[in-house]
Amino acid sequence: MFTVFKKTKELEAKIDNFLDTILEAALEFKQGLKYYLADDFEEFEKRAKHVDQLEGQADKLRREIENMLYAEMLIPEARGDVLALLENSDDVLNIVADTIVEFSIERPEFLDEIKDQFMNLVDVSMQGVEEMVAAVRAYFKDIVSVRDHITKVMFFEKESDKIGEKIKRYLFGREDLRLSHRMHLRTFISYIQAIADKAEDIGDRVSIYTIKRLV
Amino acid sequence: MFWFYLISGLFLGWSLGANDAANVFGTAVATKMVKFKVAALVASVFVIIGATISGAGAAHTLGKLGSVNALGGSFTVALAAAITVAWMTKLGLPVSTTQAIVGAIVGWDFFAGTLVDTNALRKIVTTWVLNPILAGLFSYLLFKLVKVYLKGAKIHLLRIDLYTRLGLILIGAFGAYSLGANNIANVMGVFVASNPFTDINFMGVFRLTATQVLFFIGGLAIATGIYTYSYRVMKTVGSDIFKLSPVAALIVVLAESLVLFIFASQSLERLLIRLGLPTIPLVPVSSSQAVVGGVVGIAFARGGGKAINFRVLSRIFWGWIITPVTAAVISFFTLFFMQNVFQQQVYEPIPHKISHKVVAKLQELGLKDTSILKFEGKIYYNAWKFRSALEHDTKLSGKDVDKVISYSEVDSLLIDSTIAQKSLDPNWFTPAQIAAVKALHGSIFEYRWELVDTLSKMSPEWRYKPKTRENRLYNKDLKAKYERLFFVFKLSRIRQLEKEGVEPSNVGK
Repeated sequence: MFTVFKKTKELEAKIDNFLDTILEAALEFKQGLKYYLADDFEEFEKRAKHVDQLEGQADKLRREIENMLYAEMLIPEARGDVLALLENSDDVLNIVADTIVEFSIERPEFLDEIKDQFMNLVDVSMQGVEEMVAAVRAYFKDIVSVRDHITKVMFFEKESDKIGEKIKRYLFGREDLRLSHRMHLRTFISYIQAIADKAEDIGDRVSIYTIKRLV
Repeated sequence: MFWFYLISGLFLGWSLGANDAANVFGTAVATKMVKFKVAALVASVFVIIGATISGAGAAHTLGKLGSVNALGGSFTVALAAAITVAWMTKLGLPVSTTQAIVGAIVGWDFFAGTLVDTNALRKIVTTWVLNPILAGLFSYLLFKLVKVYLKGAKIHLLRIDLYTRLGLILIGAFGAYSLGANNIANVMGVFVASNPFTDINFMGVFRLTATQVLFFIGGLAIATGIYTYSYRVMKTVGSDIFKLSPVAALIVVLAESLVLFIFASQSLERLLIRLGLPTIPLVPVSSSQAVVGGVVGIAFARGGGKAINFRVLSRIFWGWIITPVTAAVISFFTLFFMQNVFQQQVYEPIPHKISHKVVAKLQELGLKDTSILKFEGKIYYNAWKFRSALEHDTKLSGKDVDKVISYSEVDSLLIDSTIAQKSLDPNWFTPAQIAAVKALHGSIFEYRWELVDTLSKMSPEWRYKPKTRENRLYNKDLKAKYERLFFVFKLSRIRQLEKEGVEPSNVGK
């Protein structure tokens, strides 16, 4: 009997750890880009490496959780939903990790006049990820507050769209820049927007899965 | 012959396990919250414990089949009930084994020419209607409550899962225990009288009486039914009518046990009476009917019942009606074969004799109509014919006809102090009651009411109390004690047992 309780506790802890890892990676990502924009590439690379490690950790945790859910035949009704949530959340982390690697490889040149706005975009997108993680956590433990978090996720996604569009319009209005430079920067802006998009995706799933849990 | 007859009891036990395990673990297994293997193990262990420990209580060792007065008849009636339930189980329909047995007894009543207990038929119909409604109401309300609670309770999904699972196993274990305790008498009760087993002592640690050994074997038969054939009905109950969520699965069994507890529990009634509170009217309950109602209740709580599979539901309902009817028909025809082809005695005719004593007694009871005097000295061996003769030749009201029939029933009883010493449980009968019976050593009573009259004159403890609410349980218990006496001291039974070389006094311990 005690092992059943122990196992449940262990699994709960693992899910929390998994979500913590995503949260940490998002914060680390933001921090890393701050250093990148400040041209402190040494510190940036450290952060990029850490994000990569976190991504590996999250993968491992996710597999362990999935194995346990199946092996112990837990939550038969919600198992599919939970698996989808975990895998999609992991996808967010993958995009985050991939993006920071791209920064490291391609080293896009940011113009000083868009740096503030770009940082704002990163900030908004990462807030979206944070709220998404909170929504997933609430799905497990506190279904009433899921809605609040999802509302925020959606807000941040829209906000990232608006900011991204604004920067892009500004960039492509600058005839003095090479097209390749403009397009290069545009790609990276889209990367950041994609993270917020993915977070919104997961928010949509959580809201549907929560309805299923409520009834 | 005992061993051959026992087969039908074991078959009935098997059918019971195969069908009724679904009432206990159906929703848990169908929602995949409890693995079938785990459910079968828990159910089997607790059914056996319930059957062996609690089923052997003195007040209810007889079971429903006790009214069937020849072993060959009991065999056939049990067989008919078992065939019916096995057939329903094959169709995956949850039905009440008790109703199959009652139906089969009605078949026997027809065959033997004894009067059908119309009360039993009324009970069956009440059960069909009342049980699903009560359980449905309970599960509907419980579901709404639990929903509100879970919404605000902030319990982790995994923890809800764990608690639900444990709850399902716990309630399932209780359910299996009472399933064994309540039904074993129906499965094995009739064989208690000719039980060849002796008490078993396990190195002085604990001991099983001969009856318990018999009930243990019956419990094993039920467990076999659970293991080999119960999955299909479980699926019908837990997922075919309506797809249940795990929490709903728990609520259904919770509602079911609440209905059984509140509307059938004598201990609750006793408690309420002791506290001076109004009692809840007891209704005949059946877990098979309750569990289906519980599932439907959930379906209504979740989206107004749109997702109910009405085809399955109507099949189940037809199954309920078909069960007692089929059991009665099978019973009737099998009895015919047993009697005429296999030359077995399937019933002992119950004569009705209107002697001078009976007429005097009836007049004492306020029966004014003198037309009954025409019948004095006549004997009828068929209660149906007797009834129609009474209805034809006298102007008695229906109630009075019943009275005449019941008071003229001949049931010779021989009181023997040795049998009394050994067969009357001193934990149940009071010393004064036992002493009064023993004092009648050697007396023969032609009618049951004669024994009742004599004993109540001898000892106040054999007297019924005035019909008030407080006395209801006392009178019920006293009636059960009298029934026990009628069984233990039945002359023909004692003679039969002597012929078989069984010591009558060892019976029914």
